[in-house]
Amino acid sequence: MLYAILCYHDERVVESWTKAEDDAVIAKRRKVTGRLAEQGKLGPVVRLMPTTAAVTIRSGNKPLVLDGPFAETKEQLLGFYIVDCESLDEAIAAARDIKGDERDGAFEVRPLRLFDPGTAGK
Amino acid sequence: MNDLAWIDAALRSSRPRAIAALTRYFRDLDQAEEAFQEASLRALRNWPEKGPPRDPTAWLVMVARNFAIDDIRRHRKFQALPDDDLISDLDDRETEMADRLDETHYRDDILRLLFVCCHPDLPATQQIPLALRIVSGLTVSEIARAFLVSEAAMEQRITRAKRQVAEAEIPFTTPDAVERSERVGLVATMIYLLFNEGYSASGGSAHIRTPLCDEAIRLGRLLMRLFPSEPEIMGLLALLLLQHSRAPARLDASGAIVLLEDQDRGLWNREFIEEGLALIDKALRHRRPGPFQVQAVIAGVHAHARSAEDTDWKEISLHYGLLERLQPSPVVTLNRAVAISRAEGPSAALELVEPLADALGSYFHFHGVRGGLLQQLGREAEARAAFDRAIALARTPSEAAHIRQHLDRLVSSP
Repeated sequence: MLYAILCYHDERVVESWTKAEDDAVIAKRRKVTGRLAEQGKLGPVVRLMPTTAAVTIRSGNKPLVLDGPFAETKEQLLGFYIVDCESLDEAIAAARDIKGDERDGAFEVRPLRLFDPGTAGK
Repeated sequence: MNDLAWIDAALRSSRPRAIAALTRYFRDLDQAEEAFQEASLRALRNWPEKGPPRDPTAWLVMVARNFAIDDIRRHRKFQALPDDDLISDLDDRETEMADRLDETHYRDDILRLLFVCCHPDLPATQQIPLALRIVSGLTVSEIARAFLVSEAAMEQRITRAKRQVAEAEIPFTTPDAVERSERVGLVATMIYLLFNEGYSASGGSAHIRTPLCDEAIRLGRLLMRLFPSEPEIMGLLALLLLQHSRAPARLDASGAIVLLEDQDRGLWNREFIEEGLALIDKALRHRRPGPFQVQAVIAGVHAHARSAEDTDWKEISLHYGLLERLQPSPVVTLNRAVAISRAEGPSAALELVEPLADALGSYFHFHGVRGGLLQQLGREAEARAAFDRAIALARTPSEAAHIRQHLDRLVSSP
């Protein structure tokens, strides 16, 4: 079975870490992911940019592109796609295509800060 | 990360929201600061044992308020209150407050707090220290070190600034749309000035002043969370990130400034660049250009160039043209001339530069640029005179040293 492990944290606190503190956290995580990778159990690893870089496509009569992250609590995170696009506009267009004519739900588009494709599940 | 480092980060990130909420509550900056300080001390005692609260900001605001109320009572009745642990039954109220402490809810309070720091009555030399003290929570000694003045002098400067804003009596009512957008503009400018304080440092002071750049970026992020749909704020944050991305390459081993074209681009911070470019993409979707956006785009063109020779100067000169229309200034024209000299050659650029003599006659860069253009055109005596003038106006030894290199080249050329 493949599992996703999703990381939640107050980004304002994370932004207040010094570079050395951030590096230390990443180094600690790398030890764990390194071990998982050796066992062939590590899939893609992603670190997202801050939510300030996000836009969200909301449903409505017409799909609406709003600045900022998805911030509602009545919907749940059900999945995500990683797309490789030239520009934010292209990524938004892709998200709109994925959304199609669905009348509800939201799609947040957020650039990645780090991407490691990993090997598990291949 | 140990408890103390985590708590320190939580306190720093909570500070603007908490101080803003407390200032509204007490209508007094000093009291708000004092109460926050006390709450922070209690956090340091409490959190390692009990674990962090679910919403640290809400916790700090509650505890700070309770402390201040107790303090007032104690003074009034001269009776000691039991040294109880106020925090024990906080959980329910904390949850209830968490929703209300949402940044957008406190948007006008935080904006007001930032606006207080850049009140038009205050000179820039006081605005920035005040913002660093109140909003960022840097200590007076940290700020004094960054500004290369004594702690006593900085203490005095901040006290004077506080008194002045208290007298200005900025109202607590919700600002209307026009007022709000004026405040946002002033705050954005103050954040940019703060960044430049750190960025323009050179030599021995460079190392201790980079925290100013980091603080400016943090305040830029804060402002952007308050106003998520303002393209100029996206532009501001993008500009700061893109400029800051070059920090590791900006100084050589002796602390002298390395010019953009001579920098080792491999040292540039790719993460800052990527985030800056992402924010530009986001801002441009609004099709409401402004000075910060245009400057960010120019910084983005430099960031895209793999080497100095790859720089798209044509693109840069077009954007300086746009910036000139949005925010006319002789310095912008001078920058456009530099871009044009690269895109089209020195004579087109010199035509733009000569009429600026009146406006920029006492500006170091004007004479440096003019000398460089004259040199390229083979007008050596005039070039030498311009470089001499530039050296006389240089503000730092590294500026003067840079011009001397040009002069040396003139002397050694046949």
